[in-house]
Amino acid sequence: MSKLKNILFVLILSIIVLNSSNSAEKSPPFLETKWTFKGLFGKFDRASLQRGYQVYTEVCASCHSMKYLTYRNLAEKGGPEFSEAEAKAIAASFEVTDGPDSTGEMFVRPAKLSDKFVMPYANEQEAKAANGGAYPPDMSVLVKARKGGADYIYSLLLGYSEPPEGVELDDGVYYNKYMYGNKIKMPAPLSDDLIEYTDGTKATAEQMSKDVTNFLMWSAEPHLEQRHKTGFRVIAYLIILTVLVYFTMKKIWSRVESKV
Amino acid sequence: MSDHEYTPSSKFGKWFNDRLPLLTLANHLTDYPTPKNLNYWWTFGGILTFCLITQIVTGLVLAMHYIAHADMAFSSVEHIMRDVNYGWLLRYVHANGASMFFLAVYIHIFRSLFYGSYKSPREIIWILGIIIYLLMMAAAFMGYVLPWGQMSFWGATVITNLFSAIPLVGESITTWLWGGYSVDNPTLTRFFTLHYLIPFLILGLVVLHIWALHVPGNNNPVGIDIKKPSKDTVPFHPYIVIKDAFALLMFCIVFALFVFYQPNILGHADNYIEADPLVTPAHIVPEWYLLPFYAILRSVPDKLMGVVAMLSAILILAALPWLDTSKVRSAVFRPLFRQFYWILVADVLILGYVGAMPAEGLYLLIARVATAYYFAHFLIILPVLGWKEKTTPLPLSITEPVLGGSPNLAAARNDEKIEKTIK
Repeated sequence: MSKLKNILFVLILSIIVLNSSNSAEKSPPFLETKWTFKGLFGKFDRASLQRGYQVYTEVCASCHSMKYLTYRNLAEKGGPEFSEAEAKAIAASFEVTDGPDSTGEMFVRPAKLSDKFVMPYANEQEAKAANGGAYPPDMSVLVKARKGGADYIYSLLLGYSEPPEGVELDDGVYYNKYMYGNKIKMPAPLSDDLIEYTDGTKATAEQMSKDVTNFLMWSAEPHLEQRHKTGFRVIAYLIILTVLVYFTMKKIWSRVESKV
Repeated sequence: MSDHEYTPSSKFGKWFNDRLPLLTLANHLTDYPTPKNLNYWWTFGGILTFCLITQIVTGLVLAMHYIAHADMAFSSVEHIMRDVNYGWLLRYVHANGASMFFLAVYIHIFRSLFYGSYKSPREIIWILGIIIYLLMMAAAFMGYVLPWGQMSFWGATVITNLFSAIPLVGESITTWLWGGYSVDNPTLTRFFTLHYLIPFLILGLVVLHIWALHVPGNNNPVGIDIKKPSKDTVPFHPYIVIKDAFALLMFCIVFALFVFYQPNILGHADNYIEADPLVTPAHIVPEWYLLPFYAILRSVPDKLMGVVAMLSAILILAALPWLDTSKVRSAVFRPLFRQFYWILVADVLILGYVGAMPAEGLYLLIARVATAYYFAHFLIILPVLGWKEKTTPLPLSITEPVLGGSPNLAAARNDEKIEKTIK
């Protein structure tokens, strides 16, 4: 009996090990970095989110949309928490087409807190035409839409290198060891001192990658902090209740000659 | 059913109960004699009821905010996640709730398989259970389509395409199911409607399932018939209620860990990409709970035969009470069956694993062997075991094994001896 079970489990285990070594060949392990949003009490690093927004808006936003985000989100609790005045100023720096007005004309006005993030292209076709046929994906939920999540995005941003011997790249295609198939149409977007952080942090490629990934994690999961906070309370409550119910159960079952 | 006639104590109660015997029903449910040796594997019935109600309640609120339209479904889900008060909680409870529901149902089914709960006189309970399980799979599959992500769309395409394997009318049936020539808006709206309907069908079947259970009463780990009520039973309330509550709370802790700390781990990243009919994902895989059947489907080279094999894998369970020829219910007294039971568990786990892997090379070979074994277990091993197996002796009542497991065994035996001597 136990011998049989052992054989079976060795069999199952060997399949799994076999497979994991297989997949290990395909993509290298992700770059390691510490994320403050992980763990039981994980929270976002506020300053990093604000810097991440700066990276997004100054670098990524020229090609990538974030259509599910609203400017008011930037001032909301659990996010970058810009002040309302700052968020309003950020919104006002973008222009949106509104209308029709009372004369039936469309008009352009500065964006308000209630407006969605302005998109870099009018439509998918325009985006493709401007990017050599590749559509820069919307980044609102990008972290959740990629296996490996934040670690993957962070690694990808820093994973560019010259192609190894024997790998031929077409024009407008770049080598990235973390990309599926190693070929990516986005050129390396970040390099040291590409932007100047308003808070004086040195803008290394690693720093920017980390900040923008933090920002993307928040945009994909804007209620993460509340989720962790509520989760801890719910689980603590459940554990206490479970213990109480356990003793109640023991007491009730002590009336009958049976174990529970 | 209860043996004694129930009379409400109040005058109004009596008047009401004579016209609609709700109080008699409530009395039956609280007094319901339950074997006192039920272990924790028996708490999953209650847990499943909780799962169903959780899905219905969260689903109801989600449906108030969700828009079943191919152009708006994905963004309406994002709206729920971002702007609806506690929308993220509702959706994560609902999505992980489906997985928890299946986790519980698999434990419930395998408990039944181990203790022979499907055998006479409980065949109808078992068959109702299989129908519930089938409906659960349909509801889960259609629910997964609703967010209209890449996996939703392509999963729906793959599964609905299975119907085209039916000879002659297959293509027409598929077109009819889609409401067009591909998975599109009409498919989404009808899936939404059915996804809303099925849980209520399940609820009705659950009532029948419990009703059918209350006729012969619960099976138990020893698997022998017991007198009810007797020394071997306890009333459902408070004994079983409190025990179920304890188990449910433990289950909820696991549930909460998923919802609050790993809400997306059981899902697929591709489903956060909006459906695109022009881009096929690299691997199309169903949710984890459907993987064993997906493996069976893909292990057969012919499409139609694959579909037949997949359906048979589920329907064969309905014939189980007649395929298992052994008169002894519980595996505790069936040494050979017990070994084959664990091989079956491993077999299903292996099927689930290869179902998630690409159907090629070694994986395909393993899937084929595991599929063949799955059917062999039910069609060959079980019927033959019934004749060949030498079972160990059954106890006369459950009181004996109940005491047998306690550390006070010697003391208890002593007491019995003394009692006998006195008599």
